[in-house]
Amino acid sequence: MELLEAIILAVLAASTPLLLAASGELLVERAGVLNLGVEGMMIVGAACGFAGAWATGSTLIGALCGIFAGIALSLVFALMTLGLAVNQVATGLALTILGIGVSGLIGAGFVGERISTAPRLYIPGLTTLPFVGKILFGEDGFVYVSIALIVAIWYFLYRTRAGLILRAIGDNHVSAHALGYPVLKIRTLAVMFGGGCAGLAGAYLPLAYTPFFVPGMTAGRGWIALALVVFASWLPGRLVIGAYLFGAVSILQLHAQGWGVGVPSQLMSALPYLATVVVLVLISRTRSGGSTAPAALGTVFVPDR
Amino acid sequence: MQLVLEKRAERSTVIALISPLIAIGLTIVTMSILFVIIGKNPIAALNVYFITPLTDAYSLQELAVKAAPLVMIAIGLSLCYLANVWNIGAEGQFLVGAVAGSWLAVKTHGTDAGAWVLPAMLLLGAIAGALYALIPAICKVRFGASEILVSLMLVYVADLLLDYLVRGPWRDPAGFNFPTTAEFDPVATVPLLLEGGRLHLGTVIALVIVVAAAVLLGRTIKGFEIRVVGAAPRAARFGGFSSNQLVLLTFAISGALAGLAGIIEVAGPVGHLQPGISPGYGFTAIIVAFLGRLNPVGILIAGLFLALTFIGGEQAQIAMKIPLDITKVFQGILLFYVLACDSLILYRIRLIMPQRKAADGAA
Repeated sequence: MELLEAIILAVLAASTPLLLAASGELLVERAGVLNLGVEGMMIVGAACGFAGAWATGSTLIGALCGIFAGIALSLVFALMTLGLAVNQVATGLALTILGIGVSGLIGAGFVGERISTAPRLYIPGLTTLPFVGKILFGEDGFVYVSIALIVAIWYFLYRTRAGLILRAIGDNHVSAHALGYPVLKIRTLAVMFGGGCAGLAGAYLPLAYTPFFVPGMTAGRGWIALALVVFASWLPGRLVIGAYLFGAVSILQLHAQGWGVGVPSQLMSALPYLATVVVLVLISRTRSGGSTAPAALGTVFVPDR
Repeated sequence: MQLVLEKRAERSTVIALISPLIAIGLTIVTMSILFVIIGKNPIAALNVYFITPLTDAYSLQELAVKAAPLVMIAIGLSLCYLANVWNIGAEGQFLVGAVAGSWLAVKTHGTDAGAWVLPAMLLLGAIAGALYALIPAICKVRFGASEILVSLMLVYVADLLLDYLVRGPWRDPAGFNFPTTAEFDPVATVPLLLEGGRLHLGTVIALVIVVAAAVLLGRTIKGFEIRVVGAAPRAARFGGFSSNQLVLLTFAISGALAGLAGIIEVAGPVGHLQPGISPGYGFTAIIVAFLGRLNPVGILIAGLFLALTFIGGEQAQIAMKIPLDITKVFQGILLFYVLACDSLILYRIRLIMPQRKAADGAA
């Protein structure tokens, strides 16, 4: 029972950055923009988040630094793809290359430094409940934020007028523009939101997951988050399932290495990436009847005047 | 006041020619500002970055050595990008090519195998790279999975495969436990062009590939098909070109070239298989392809320029203690400017004065 509790806690911790980054990207893609720079925004968020927390000693300020770093990078992406109508795939790649370089520059001074990890919630009586106590009432703030965030995104997309407009823009920007909706403005806001989420997801890694910064510590999580959005068929509910499933896979491989299963550790480390490929193939295959992707996803829009 | 994009009636040929130069100029200005921010003299830094490597014979050879893999990979990628499919996993195909070719070098190590070893290694590297690139291509064609994500995931897998092999079965028993294979035999090593220099046969191979790609794109039906499928998919369908077949073909070619570059790198400048054989050639080659305007000759020039950033970055680290990561920042910024300037070929930017002014005056 205690082992199971430990595993669930670990899975939640491993899933949270994926859920945070993928939630933001889901909203961005629902607005019809494909931002492949999630990995770059995450790694800069990680470096800035660590720098902020290290300088002030506050997890909250660290998290805010991460969010702002992510938004700053996403604005570069918005300027390029929405302002200058540049190809979104190429720009996203550029963002990732730039992000890895920038995070290396910022983080160079912090390698080897340690900070204290984010505090965990503690409610006397509830947190001490057997089994469910720690899982439900003993997490760090990021875990609760990530869940609140995806619920809020679901509510926004399906229960508000603004969400409906955003989905309309993602499906047909020409019609939305003809109806008088500010396509580029709404897309810019969505991209900024996605950037903030990716920055927060990155900041989670050095602030709550491990108490130090390592160059390249996102290790492809940004790319896996992108795959998760496809896996979820752009639906918030399935995104939660997907994120926890992937968190479970990555924890499984860690534990399997710990138990000394007779397979090379590198094969176990490759599991999350291989699982992503398999999942992408399966999910794309079963969807042969027609794509559920936002219809205008990744296409350039230049408003007529 | 507002800036808006306005579609040009036709592509601007002038801007098409000068846009890479504008992009490089803007990048250098941005980098100078960055050098000031990190407290380095920008003139001195730019000098170390771009001028010093061009002033001695050793660095010039090194430039050709570093440009060779970049050009080879970028030529392959340009075919994919022209066909509007996105292979971004060239880094993985590079590593798998290196691994496959090294297999033969490891197996024949210490035997009296003849001169056939090196050609066989190069062939193995190219085949392995092509097969590895076909995984995302088949996933896309058969199942509709995103080739971007699949090809990228396979980079991590290739990296781990290489890591496993050099730490496990292929580790040099006499290597003091370092994760590396034994030094390759002379028959398994790419010959040098100049005695005692750095320049090797790989540079020649890269030049041959540039010419071959120019012929393929400019003089053959296949090259025409690739360009039409990318530029006008509807026209290509009417023309009866199979876009699926071209996805497979362009991925296979680009994978083969990346794999070839990988084994040449290992059998040439490095001399043995070890982790970290690539300073990100597969990703930098994406920038080379775009900076070279997806044109073989352009890619050759762009490859030399980005090779310069690798060498300049190393020298700047040694001479001025500038962190090596600045090279990646530099490359990322360069790609941004290249893409932004390319946008000006199709669009012009117009300043629109607010039209509300008249109404405000009246009110």
